[in-house]
Amino acid sequence: MAKLQVELVSPERELWSGSADMVVAKTLEGSIGVMPGHVPVLGVLEPGGVVAVHTGDGTVSAAVHGGFISVADDKISILAEVAEMSDEIDVARAEQALERAQSGDTADEEVRAEIARARARLRAAGRES
Amino acid sequence: MGAELRVLRRRIRSVKSMAKITRAMELIAATRITKAQQRAAAAGPYSREITRAVSAVAGYQSTDHPLLTEAERPTRAAVLLITSDKGLAGAYTSNAIKEAESLTELLRSEGKEVLTYIVGIKGITYYTFRERPLAGSWERITEVPSYADAKEIGDALMAAFTTPTEEGGVDEIHIVSTEFVSMLSQRAAAHRVLPLEVEEVSEQELRQAHGGQALPLYEFEPSAEAVLDSLLPRYVNNRIYFALLESAASQQASRRAAMKAATDNAQELAKVLARQANAARQAEITQEISEIVGGANALADAQVGSEN
Repeated sequence: MAKLQVELVSPERELWSGSADMVVAKTLEGSIGVMPGHVPVLGVLEPGGVVAVHTGDGTVSAAVHGGFISVADDKISILAEVAEMSDEIDVARAEQALERAQSGDTADEEVRAEIARARARLRAAGRES
Repeated sequence: MGAELRVLRRRIRSVKSMAKITRAMELIAATRITKAQQRAAAAGPYSREITRAVSAVAGYQSTDHPLLTEAERPTRAAVLLITSDKGLAGAYTSNAIKEAESLTELLRSEGKEVLTYIVGIKGITYYTFRERPLAGSWERITEVPSYADAKEIGDALMAAFTTPTEEGGVDEIHIVSTEFVSMLSQRAAAHRVLPLEVEEVSEQELRQAHGGQALPLYEFEPSAEAVLDSLLPRYVNNRIYFALLESAASQQASRRAAMKAATDNAQELAKVLARQANAARQAEITQEISEIVGGANALADAQVGSEN
């Protein structure tokens, strides 16, 4: 079966690249799953979303804040302004950040964004919240 | 020891210790160039992908997006000048300032008011000493620029750009940075960032880049406008980030070259001084000998006189 070439890049460095069977990401319009042979798409990712890359032997996931997904010819580039790989996430710190943010003024846009970021981190690390 | 010899020996000592310092600085700068280049290389994939995405969207859209269209009568322009935080980097800062001045001159002659934004303490000092107004300034980020720094600068510039001109907003944004041509040569250059000049790539090149196929027909989520809206500010941030990284590498390269020249000069000077010191020592010895001989002769003459 054809494989997808996936690149996960942040402005400062390339986080992950390799081949995969499927990529699941959440755009502003909802979740999309991309498999080989997908039509070219350029989408804006939802802030505080999680991107999951299913490779043959497991899943690589990352919390992505503010980014794009570009799909063309079985090549996928995920551009993230800030991205954290699941194995780099400090769960305890993310939980603390979430608690701190939730105790703040939830009407404030920045606080809401902070909550979304902390949730995405926890989801990427495999902890539902 | 004679006074002249003592002075020369003191100067030799101080020149030699200075050479040691500049040599150390040269080595430090050399290792930092490599690090700066690695950072620039690591930023490459994102930069490449976002440029590709922008040209893909801009290619489909009729270009009426505010960030892509030129104002009919531009009256104000912003210039972002990237200089260094520390001195001893040769002509690095002054070249960048010169380039910014000539750009400012050009923009003024086109009837535009110029707002200057500066990165780096050296540039800030140059402008504040001459009592020129600064629209914004950032310090201590030039050696290891992070994306967060670039974002902060980008946000400030975007805010100025999106403000209507009547309320003090700007119509154009230019960046003056130093391009890293090679280890030995860096060039200050000015680029316009906004309104965006999406680099026109000929169709043939595009085909080549895609393995002989035309650019794929993208579907946009949620829409082409929305994608462009969130893509462009990030593209601008990325341009700024890239300029900062390249300037950081150039700064270190320029510092290395300046420190190498300083070390070479100091060693040359130490050589010249050593020769002078040798000559002074020799003159002193010659003088002492002639004094002794003179004294002995005088004594001998006196003895011959007394015997008679």
